[in-house]
Amino acid sequence: MVNREQHEASSQPMGHESGGTTAGQRRGLRNVPACLLTFAILFCLWILLSGRFDAFHLTLGVISCIMVTLFSVDLVFPEGSLQGIGGTWLRFLGYVPWLLYQIILANLHVLYLVFHPRMMDLIEPEIIRFQSKLHSDLSLVTFANSITLTPGTITVYVSVDGDFQVHAIDKKSGEALPGEMEARIARVFGEQ
Amino acid sequence: MLVIALLVVGLVFFTGGGVGILRFPDFFTRLHPAGKLDTLGSLLMMLAVAIYNLEHFSWEALLTSLKIMLIVLFIFLSSPTATHSIVDAGIRAGMVPWRKETPEEKAE
Amino acid sequence: MQYVFLYAGLYLCILMLLSLYRAVFGPTVLDRLVGVNAIGSKTVVLLILIGLIYGRVDMFVDISMAYAMLNFIAVLAASRYFQKRKGL
Repeated sequence: MVNREQHEASSQPMGHESGGTTAGQRRGLRNVPACLLTFAILFCLWILLSGRFDAFHLTLGVISCIMVTLFSVDLVFPEGSLQGIGGTWLRFLGYVPWLLYQIILANLHVLYLVFHPRMMDLIEPEIIRFQSKLHSDLSLVTFANSITLTPGTITVYVSVDGDFQVHAIDKKSGEALPGEMEARIARVFGEQ
Repeated sequence: MLVIALLVVGLVFFTGGGVGILRFPDFFTRLHPAGKLDTLGSLLMMLAVAIYNLEHFSWEALLTSLKIMLIVLFIFLSSPTATHSIVDAGIRAGMVPWRKETPEEKAE
Repeated sequence: MQYVFLYAGLYLCILMLLSLYRAVFGPTVLDRLVGVNAIGSKTVVLLILIGLIYGRVDMFVDISMAYAMLNFIAVLAASRYFQKRKGL
């Protein structure tokens, strides 16, 4: 039941995008920059994975990248506009080192818990729930992934309107939860 | 030297993951070390291998190192998803997370 | 330097035995799934270490990447398969 809501939420923009074939084609033709950006990303990935630079492999890469671009440009950019994508990516790159620092701190905490002889007295698992202020799909997914990636907390359930349930392993990692990370993600995706 | 230090720290995190899987009381808590100490451990060990691979610089070695970092990126994207998926299956199967209040009867 | 990678790989194998204990004797199905997931994430690193020992990292990197994707898909499929089953 819960999962069906999530699926609908994730497939909503795509269904909206390809409402009819003619509308979808017109739309696909209109956002040429999105197509070009998708093609560039895919071609970089091809070069990285293949590692050969002769004409035969590059031609194969161009053909398959064009095909995959035509299939999946709606998936990569559901809104179809490139407005503010660059700024979001730059701010996201600024967010990653902070996230890594938090991951290392929290990992050390869990490592301390694991090797503590009286571990049973220290841990205190509970499920906490809170309401998040974020509302776009991408920022919710990023927030849920970040929560799961910092040890001590696992996202159990996310809904479309920002209702989170989080399984925390002890009090210390649970109580700091909705705070700074949410504010930083809101700043990255431009939602205040 | 840096390579050996990164390898050893990564192995320490992997050890924490392995021991944590054995020691924690129920599977919700077991997921904490399993899903995430392993993620950081593989980040550190892959970083060590990528740096060691660049010791004799060539373009192919650079390409291989970039591929290794691509694997790390993929692990960082996929590991929380797998963890969330397992937790979701457990919640929907009706498992109750282990609570502190009654440790005697739950632990036995 | 080869010996460092060799002993690191051996140590990873011992850790995989620990996870294998959880995968074999786990009380519930999901415990086994956790153990299998942990073994998979260690195998990805172990494959690259094997590549360094044999001096063919460029080949083993591709195998390792394929294994990482396979592990992810396998865990996802298994946990979707076992959902809504009471009394795991």
